[in-house]
Amino acid sequence: MSDTLISVEDLSLSFPNHPVLSGLSFQVNRGDFLGVIGENGIGKTTLVRVILGQLHPSAGKVVIKNGVRIGYVPQFRNIDVEYPLAIKDFVALNFTGLKLPWLSKKERTRVHQVIHQVGLEHIADRPLGLASGGEKQKAYLAQALINHPDLLILDESTASLDPNTKKELLDVVYRLNKTSGLTILFVSHDMQMIHEYPDHYLWLKKGQYESGPIEDLHNENKEGQYV
Amino acid sequence: MFSFDFMQNAYLAGTLIAIVSGMMGVFVIARNMPFMTHTLSEIGFAGAAFGIFIGWTPLNGMLVFTTVSSIMVGELSGAVESRRESVISAISGLFIGLGILFLSLSQKNSSYATNILFGSVIGISRQDVIQMAALSILVLMVLLLIFRNLKDDSFDPVGAQTNHIYRNIISIIFLIMLAFNVSVAAQIVGSLLIFVLLTLPASSAKYFAHTVLHMMALAVGFALFGVWVGLYLGYLTNWPVTFFISSIEAAIYGISLFYNFIRSKSK
Ligand SMILES: Nc1ncnc2c1ncn2[C@@H]1O[C@H](COP(=O)(O)OP(=O)(O)OP(=O)(O)O)[C@@H](O)[C@H]1O
Ligand SMILES: [Mg+2]
Repeated sequence: MSDTLISVEDLSLSFPNHPVLSGLSFQVNRGDFLGVIGENGIGKTTLVRVILGQLHPSAGKVVIKNGVRIGYVPQFRNIDVEYPLAIKDFVALNFTGLKLPWLSKKERTRVHQVIHQVGLEHIADRPLGLASGGEKQKAYLAQALINHPDLLILDESTASLDPNTKKELLDVVYRLNKTSGLTILFVSHDMQMIHEYPDHYLWLKKGQYESGPIEDLHNENKEGQYV
Repeated sequence: MFSFDFMQNAYLAGTLIAIVSGMMGVFVIARNMPFMTHTLSEIGFAGAAFGIFIGWTPLNGMLVFTTVSSIMVGELSGAVESRRESVISAISGLFIGLGILFLSLSQKNSSYATNILFGSVIGISRQDVIQMAALSILVLMVLLLIFRNLKDDSFDPVGAQTNHIYRNIISIIFLIMLAFNVSVAAQIVGSLLIFVLLTLPASSAKYFAHTVLHMMALAVGFALFGVWVGLYLGYLTNWPVTFFISSIEAAIYGISLFYNFIRSKSK
C-alpha cells in the first residue's frame, strides 16, 4: 500500500476572467520525487499555493494526509540586503511550536544540522542579504528543512543558478529523498533537470496536463525538445 | 541635578522610553512602518488635545486615540505605496486639524500645543512616570512573549506566510504595542518628533549589527545615549531637550550612513 501524502482531486482554479488550473488530479506518495513542469504563467506556483492552503480552489479539492508537515521554498522572497540577519538566524526563523524568546539548545543543534546539510557552515554567521544567489537558495532550503518536514516543496529554486551550484543544491535534495525518504515536489521549467532527478512528473499545459512515471517523459522525445 | 524631582522623573521616564523605543524601532524598520508610526503619532496629537479638552491627561487622550486607530492605520501598510502616501497625508492632515480644534475649544494657551507637539520634560509628574513605566514594562513583556514570531513575520514575511504563525494576531498585537509606545515616547520628544526615538536609533543600528539581537541592543544604546545626554544638556543650557535629543540621534544616523558608505567603498 502506498502512503498518499497529497491527493489532488479534479482541481480547478480560476482567477477573475482567467482560468488557470482545470480538472487536475494526481497523487503524491511518501518517498516520491515529483517534478512539476510547465511554461511560465501556466499555474505551477498557483498549484503550490492551493496545496499550501493559501488559495482556495474553484472546484475539486486537495487532501493532505493528517499530520503531514510541509517545508516550502517560495519562488520569490523579499529580504532587505541591509537587514542584519545572519544566515543561521534566518534559518532559525522558521521554527514552529511553542517558542521561547531565545533558541533552545535543541533548536540550536537543529540549526547546525540543516546548515551542515546544505553546506553553508563556512558562512553561517554572514548576513543573508550579502550572500550570493546560490547561497541564498541553500539558506532557503535549510530554513524549509528546519521542522523535519515530510514533504518538501521547492518552487524554481534552481532557476537562477549556474550548473555547478544547481547540481550541489539538487544533490542535497536528492540525497534527502533517497536516504531519509523525504518526499519532494519540485517545480521547475528546466526540462533537463526534470529528466535527471525526479521519479515522477506532472506537466501542466494550457487547459490540460500530463503525469506519470518519469520514464514516460523520457520516451516522449518529441515533446522533450521543449525549452 | 537629581535633587530636582522633575529631573528624576524625566530621567526615569526617558530611560524606560529609550529602551522600549529602541527595541520596537527595530521592528518598525523591518516592517517598513516609519511613516505609519508618524501618522499614529499625529493621531496621538489630536488625542492629547482631546484629552485636555475633556479634562483627561494628554497621555490618556493619546492612548485612547492611538490604540483605537492603530489597527486601521496598520491595515494601510499592505496598501499600494502611491495610494498609501495619499491616504497618510489625508489622515495626518485631518487629525492635526482636529487637534488644533480641540485645543482651541479647551481654551488653553498655545504652550500646550507646543508641549504636545515638541515634548516637554518639565511637565512630567511622578504620577505620569508611574503610568509610563507601567506601559513600557507591559510593552516589553508582550514583546518578549511574541518575540520569535514577530521576528519571523517582520524579517521574512514571505516565509512566515507558510509558517502557520498567526500573522494577523501578531500584527495586531504589534500595532497596539506601537500605539502605547508612541503615546509614551511622545511625552518626551513630542508627537511631531516620534521618528527621533522610534526610527532613527534602529535605522542607525542596522549598519553596525550582524544579528537582530545585536541591532536591538545597539538601537537601545543609541536611544539611551541621546536621551541621557539630551536631558543633561537641556538642564545645563535651558534649551529644549527635544532639540538635543533629535540632534544627537540625527548625528548618530549621519555617522552610520557615512560608516556604511566608507565600508561599501572599501570592499
Ligand atoms: N493572485 C492572482 N490574481 C490574478 N491572477 C493571478 C494571481 N496569481 C497568479 N495569477 C495568474 O495566474 C497565472 C499562473 O501564475 P503562476 O504564478 O501560477 O505561474 P507559474 O507557472 O508559476 O509561472 P512561472 O514559471 O513564471 O513562475 C498567471 O497568468 C498569473 O498572471
Ligand atoms: Mg511560479
